[in-house]
Amino acid sequence: MKFNTLFCGVASILGLMAGQALADTVKIGVVLPYSGGAAQFGEQIDRGMNLFISQNKDAFGGHEIELIKRDSKRPGGDIAKNAVQELITREKVKILTGFVFSPNAMASAPLITQGKVPMVIMNAGTAWIPSLSPYIARVSFTMWHAGYPMGEYAATKLGCKTAAIGFTDYPPGKDSRNAFTTGFEKAGGKVLEALPMGGPREVPDFTPFFQRIKNAKPDCFYVFVPAGNHSVAVVKTYASLGMGDAGIKLIGPGDITQDTKLQDMPKEAAGMITVHHYSADYQTPKNLAFVKAWKAAYGADTTPDFMGVAGYDGMAAIAHAITAQNGKVTAEGTMKALSGWSYDSPRGKITIDPETRDIIQDSNVHKIVSKDGRLMVEVIDTIPQVKDPCKANAIGKCK
Amino acid sequence: MTAAVLPMEQALTAAISILFDGVAYAMLLFIISVGLSITMGLMGFANLAHGAFAMLGGYVLVSLMLNAGVPFLAALLLTAVFVAIVSIPFERFLYRRLYKAGELDQVLLSIGLVFMATASITFVYGPSTVSITVPEFLSGQIDLGFGTFPTYRTFTIVVGVALMVALWYGFERTIIGAKIRAAVDNRRMAQSIGIDVDRLFVLAFALGSGLAALGGGLAIEIIGMSPTFALTYLVFFLIVVAVGGLGSIRGAFVAALILGIVDTAGKYLWPDGGAFFIYALTIAILLVKPEGLFGKA
Amino acid sequence: MNAPGNLRDRTEAARQYFVAREQWTWSEAVPWIAAVGAFFIFPDYMALGTQILIAIIFALSLDLILGYAGIITLGHAAYFGAGAYATGMLSAHLGWGEPITAMLFGGLVGGVFGFLSGWILLRYHGLTLLMLTLATAILLMEAANAAEYWTGGFDGLVGISIWPLLGTFEYDLWGHTYYWYALGVLFLCFLCARRIVHSPFGRSLVGIKGNVGRMHAIGAPVHRRLVTIYTISAAMAGIAGGLFAESNAYVTLDVLSFARSGTVLIFLVVGGIGRLYGAFLGTVVYMILEDELAKLSPEFWEFGIGLLLVVVVLFFKGGLLGAADSVTARWKQRQKP
Repeated sequence: MKFNTLFCGVASILGLMAGQALADTVKIGVVLPYSGGAAQFGEQIDRGMNLFISQNKDAFGGHEIELIKRDSKRPGGDIAKNAVQELITREKVKILTGFVFSPNAMASAPLITQGKVPMVIMNAGTAWIPSLSPYIARVSFTMWHAGYPMGEYAATKLGCKTAAIGFTDYPPGKDSRNAFTTGFEKAGGKVLEALPMGGPREVPDFTPFFQRIKNAKPDCFYVFVPAGNHSVAVVKTYASLGMGDAGIKLIGPGDITQDTKLQDMPKEAAGMITVHHYSADYQTPKNLAFVKAWKAAYGADTTPDFMGVAGYDGMAAIAHAITAQNGKVTAEGTMKALSGWSYDSPRGKITIDPETRDIIQDSNVHKIVSKDGRLMVEVIDTIPQVKDPCKANAIGKCK
Repeated sequence: MTAAVLPMEQALTAAISILFDGVAYAMLLFIISVGLSITMGLMGFANLAHGAFAMLGGYVLVSLMLNAGVPFLAALLLTAVFVAIVSIPFERFLYRRLYKAGELDQVLLSIGLVFMATASITFVYGPSTVSITVPEFLSGQIDLGFGTFPTYRTFTIVVGVALMVALWYGFERTIIGAKIRAAVDNRRMAQSIGIDVDRLFVLAFALGSGLAALGGGLAIEIIGMSPTFALTYLVFFLIVVAVGGLGSIRGAFVAALILGIVDTAGKYLWPDGGAFFIYALTIAILLVKPEGLFGKA
Repeated sequence: MNAPGNLRDRTEAARQYFVAREQWTWSEAVPWIAAVGAFFIFPDYMALGTQILIAIIFALSLDLILGYAGIITLGHAAYFGAGAYATGMLSAHLGWGEPITAMLFGGLVGGVFGFLSGWILLRYHGLTLLMLTLATAILLMEAANAAEYWTGGFDGLVGISIWPLLGTFEYDLWGHTYYWYALGVLFLCFLCARRIVHSPFGRSLVGIKGNVGRMHAIGAPVHRRLVTIYTISAAMAGIAGGLFAESNAYVTLDVLSFARSGTVLIFLVVGGIGRLYGAFLGTVVYMILEDELAKLSPEFWEFGIGLLLVVVVLFFKGGLLGAADSVTARWKQRQKP
């Protein structure tokens, strides 16, 4: 009997200690594409997150964090939704993050509302996503941060009176098309055609679509395709059809000149104008240090890109939220902590808008140039601290 | 739903460019699928893994060019030969066991092989698409008199037509071709007059796989190459074979042309839902002629 | 069956053989006990459990046509998807969220699609039939994509809101309500399938699968029988689809995909075709393995499934149940003196 009581006593003390240690660990659910065609994005975001964690161990207020990762494989919603359900019910995570594809974030919104788990979006860019749940905050961008200023810039500074649009047929593509059209037409331009060009899962043969655009003879051709494999095919097709010689300028959001794909593009990419919030070629001290740390951690021939910096900044936001709530993370508390939060990111100053829970950041006009034998991004103009124009102007589904 | 409405002259230019793109795409489909048509006609084996040979061809080409610095044209030939040889053990040790088995078993086995191939390629090369730099003389545009067209696509069409002619000659004018045709028509009869059908089959299988590899290598620049290639384009290869008719080179060529042109035209004229046409057309053709356009009833 | 005696005695013996096979045996209670037990042992996994039950209904529907009638199809997801969208649209567009009727509506739509396509397609065989079923499913998927207003297109169908089951049981994140709901539906579908399979109609299907020519020769209305079982199967697939829409409150184009048609085929092959219970075993084994292993390494998982298919086709024709059979047969052999 005595042995039994002793045993019970020791066991319960050990149990209490273990419980205490575990109580401090904040579980973070990460939903990213780790396999399939989009695995490269999952990898970039993952690297950004890990870089922040390794550089800023004390940013979490002394609390341990545990990243529980789930593969969302592809845009389409259902797999991500199941992953989110599992993370909330089985793993009991306190924060959800990741979400490369808009449909995945959209499908998961009802779950996080019901389960009261905050979501920090690290990529998905469809403008009206934060309105789907009161517990969503975004640190990446909206399609309007790039599309709207690009439209204005094309009409006013690039001399494009007419434009044609080619976009991949899914929510971000339609959103980007709307963004560019609104900005372009507001500045006096005319959109001749807006062509859906297949789905995001597989890279289609762009030739028939581009041929049709070429026949329409616009001054500017705005293209939105998902970042990654699609963009290289876009530039190749543009070149093989001789569209540049036909006087059609290729423009778009920075997604199509992602740093990780830039070196795969043919030389005809030089001269492209895009608008975006980040490029690894920015010369600010913070970014130079960031790129250096990235290459040191992951290899000299790797480069961060807008996904990598989103992972980095997203983790900074999460660290702030955990510290502000002293480890007791709730959905309301996290939204409160992030409201108005500002950070000196490698991309410049970013702030989370208290009204919309979306990001405020600079939009830079990029020009692709050929320098030292490689393609590089040069910033030729900046529109500072842009609030998402879709929500600011209450256009369409944006409230 | 935006349909294209253009004035006459523009419509003509548009029509010519659609035709051109469609034919180039069709040539890729033909080169890859013709081997499948022959082997299915010869041995009645539903080999859904045929696309994996094309995929393998594409990746071998990439490795040859990037790691061994082999120039494009030489690499195309090498990859075709390599994959043809590599395919022989598959036939000998795996497929041969299932010739008498039912369709379901053949379908399942070959799907299993595709999964294995896709996973292996992903493991070795990673999940994204791969690209190559084609040589200077094949890039840019070329003036063909009646218009300027992308050089690479012109090259693809030339290769496709040349192969079609070579295959036709080989099948119609040579003894081996005659033997294969005989075996496709009536295997037992052919065997009984002393034709070694098994050896013929290995030959046809290797040839088909080699051609698929060639097609895969050519396809990189036009429709891209990734580990999902075999599964994504599986349906199209099957359509070419089913619509063309098993065992018919002519059938595969015509079916590929129809498929390529209708698909390209569909994307051009009706971008919102262009892919629809292919499947509707396939169903229509098969309902009326279940053995395919040139197949034996 | 070598009983001597007159024709009447031998016919009676044959009849009793079939009657005996139709009787319920004790071992048949096992899957149901396991399903009930799983709820209490793994309460956190009930969302996955519900999806497994729904997938079993789908696999069961395929077994009816594949295992018993010998119809090989690469497009069975067409009916699953038709049911899913039907149920989803009923709620999202018409506001009708009563779960049982909505699910039955999904079954009805699946059945109608099955009847229409089966009537036309089942006149063909072999590669042609394979291609036709595949092309039909893809066509349906393209149509769903084009009909964006109704189906949500690529974004998926949102706004599905299902009323509480029987007025009291709400949908919840943890999937508890829906587990029992799906289990109930599965039980009823299974009873149906079992009845069909052991009926004269069901046995004539096996005859058709074995030798079509002979069935024609004895005057059996082959085409009519095939279309009937195909329609029933499509309706059951539609029911599974309807449950899917209700339990996920979200439907994407994926419900009509080739991947879904292919995966359900794999469930059956792994479990054993033509056994009804093969659908149970194969689905459970596959989905649990996938849940655990695919996370560790997606490439190894895909490779593993491919290898499994190859191995099963070459060496384990009857799937897991077939392998279990041969093991028990050998064990029984050893028992004999």
